[in-house]
Amino acid sequence: MQKKLNQFAVGEYGVVVNVLGEGKIRRRLFDMGITPGAEVLLRKKAPFGDPLEIHVRGYELTLRKSEAEFIVCELGAK
Amino acid sequence: MKRFALAGNPNCGKTTLFNSLTGSSAYVGNWPGVTVEKKEGKYKKLKEPISIVDLPGIYSLSPYTAEEVISRNFIIDGKPDCVINVVDSTNLERNLYLTTQLLEIDVPVVIALNMMDAVRKSGDTINPILLEKEIGVPVVCISASKEEGLDELMIRAYEESQKKRTSSSVLMSSELKHLINDVELSFRGLKVDNPLFHAIKLVENDEIEVKTHPQLLGVVDEFKKYFKDETFGSDLEAIIADSRYKYITSKYTAAKTKKINEITKSFSTSDKIDRVLTNKWLGVPLFLLILFFIFHMTFSENLFFLGGLFANIPPSFEGTFFEGLFWTSSGINSPGVIFANLLGSTTTWLTEVVSGWLSSSPQWVAGLITNGMLGGIFAVLSFLPQILLLFLFFSILEDSGYMARVAFILDRLFRRFGLTGRSLMPMIMGFGCSIPAMINTRTLSNDNEKIATIRVIPFFSCGAKLPILTAVAGGIILQFGIGNADVITFSMYLLGMIVAIVSIILMRATIMRGPVAPFIMELPAYHLPQFKALMLHLWDKMKHFIKKAFTVILAFTIIIWVFSHFSFSWQYLDDVDIDKSILAGLGQLITPLFTPLGFGSQLTAFSWVFVVAAFSGLIAKENVISTFGVLGACVAGAIIDIGGDGGVGAVATMIQGTGITIPGLIAFIAFNLLTIPCFAAVATAKAELPKKKFGGTLAFWLVTSYAVSSMIYLIGSWWWTSFIFAGAIGVGISVIFIINKHRDKKERMAS
Repeated sequence: MQKKLNQFAVGEYGVVVNVLGEGKIRRRLFDMGITPGAEVLLRKKAPFGDPLEIHVRGYELTLRKSEAEFIVCELGAK
Repeated sequence: MKRFALAGNPNCGKTTLFNSLTGSSAYVGNWPGVTVEKKEGKYKKLKEPISIVDLPGIYSLSPYTAEEVISRNFIIDGKPDCVINVVDSTNLERNLYLTTQLLEIDVPVVIALNMMDAVRKSGDTINPILLEKEIGVPVVCISASKEEGLDELMIRAYEESQKKRTSSSVLMSSELKHLINDVELSFRGLKVDNPLFHAIKLVENDEIEVKTHPQLLGVVDEFKKYFKDETFGSDLEAIIADSRYKYITSKYTAAKTKKINEITKSFSTSDKIDRVLTNKWLGVPLFLLILFFIFHMTFSENLFFLGGLFANIPPSFEGTFFEGLFWTSSGINSPGVIFANLLGSTTTWLTEVVSGWLSSSPQWVAGLITNGMLGGIFAVLSFLPQILLLFLFFSILEDSGYMARVAFILDRLFRRFGLTGRSLMPMIMGFGCSIPAMINTRTLSNDNEKIATIRVIPFFSCGAKLPILTAVAGGIILQFGIGNADVITFSMYLLGMIVAIVSIILMRATIMRGPVAPFIMELPAYHLPQFKALMLHLWDKMKHFIKKAFTVILAFTIIIWVFSHFSFSWQYLDDVDIDKSILAGLGQLITPLFTPLGFGSQLTAFSWVFVVAAFSGLIAKENVISTFGVLGACVAGAIIDIGGDGGVGAVATMIQGTGITIPGLIAFIAFNLLTIPCFAAVATAKAELPKKKFGGTLAFWLVTSYAVSSMIYLIGSWWWTSFIFAGAIGVGISVIFIINKHRDKKERMAS
């Protein structure tokens, strides 16, 4: 099942299928290791519900829901 | 002299390596982007001394923030003799991504595998020989913090620096090989250095590259027309990023990070700490508590609110050097206050000794040296202990990795004001000193956010402004017998923050409209700050501060003293004749301008002292109260001790001498708090702001301080004027609202 990263529940993980959007943000997401094939895990949400903390390529990354919306993932088995 | 550059991801241990190699006082941090400008030091263990340049951490050579541009430009245009690529072995996958880009430049590269000890501890292995074979450049295992492998690293780097290296790219095995070769040839034709690097960046549609070589874009566009990748279509940017990561993960099994299913089962120490510190309910209160603790430990004279518990317990040290040092009848002193008192007693003693020596010299010589020079310098130095302590606490928060979490926790709130959580850090640093705070804005990726943050940093009342708040508040209580010093001081801090938020919202609604900057940031693993690095950092700060005290501030206090003790005909004046001085004459000229603020023409003959004091704050905010110290004594016509009580006495004298009202005094504090910051901060702002934004920033500070202070004075004096202000603000907001609606409509029509 495909799901955007901003719709993940805490603890869910998946494999990046596509990165939407354009320009600097997309470039940055690539540089930070969010490319198709990368595994991502939603670690937690910040106290006010946003931004998100994800685990990708062996480190922790924080990004907002509005940026996570660009990241389309194939949901992994629980 | 040969120059080696240190390049690598943020938090890979670059700055620790730099410190170990050079023994210099560069500072290590755990906040992405602590090396805010390139630092240089010398390595002396080889045949010839080598200059080592520490560059800001970068994830990629496509720069995203201002500091990343510094790194990219230095590596490409600075022509280092060798680039030492520091790689965090615990996260090879992401770290090697930058390596693949560095290899595309015609420069010798040596890879330093740092933190190998941590890898071994976790039971993993990385084979440096295999890695070296695959990548084609030397790979050396080091531990920057334990200073292992450094000599070997430098020997290999030195060897490499004597050879020429031609670029190579991992993309040569991808489908883009031919396109890259074609573009590279065109760059060669243009005689551009590093043709391969530029070719790949152009194919990637890199912003800087496209701007500098638009004429070569045709080849790329032509290629895109008939090229279609299975997954990415003609999205070359995605193909390149993907190819790099695919290459890394396929070539090096060691680079493979743990499968995510394994991660969810095990929780590292960092995760455990994070469970508490970024907890949904505890996160924000804990942050506030930590902040309170820091300020309490630095400034409180009633530690942990224990009151005068020890007041009557011996030893009381009464009459000795130690009287009131550790505790007073009102409470126990915090470490910050103890250090400040200690320094205060020492400087008072020194002044007495010096004035003893000078007792037989002419009056003006003694006055110039003790009041003019020593008085000024000591007034400034008296804040040093507390500023350093504040720095120490913030450095610990930064180094440990907590500051990045604070940005994570509070980003949501900041977005409301059109900023990201990252701008919080420079703002909080502003409570200590505006200068490092402004330099820190380089970590912000968006120009608007950066400009807005720099403009409001001075509103976060810095250490040097605190004495203005406490002295004036103390003076109010002494003279009018009402109010509470803590409440007045705290309200002024609050006022600064409120003005900051309001002005950010106003800027975002008028001149800086547009979407909020993205927030994509690494959360580094927690680690214990290194004692050595912390001390080096403090030492650096102290040197800077003392230098400032003995140069700019010393010069200024001398000028103030001379101008206030000589008449226009260069006649020496006694303290009581200050109203005939040059300073008084100049002050009187501009005094009427400050009438709406409550410290202008409505006061008695001495009204100019407030104006002069405010102006002296432009050189350094410490001067405001030290000017009071110099002038207050003269106004009263009697020498008043202003040493121990932070200028409260001087302010009280000033109130008596001028007849200023409470609203006028509050307006005076507000004006000093919000107006153009000190000379050094202004210079920093000019350096950090984008071009053509400096004049507007100065005007912004002047207008804001003038408007807010006059509002305070007028409403405080005549309460009914609040209706006029409310009306004016209402009209202002409506106008902005209507204009923005109109603009939105136009933009929608246009698109």
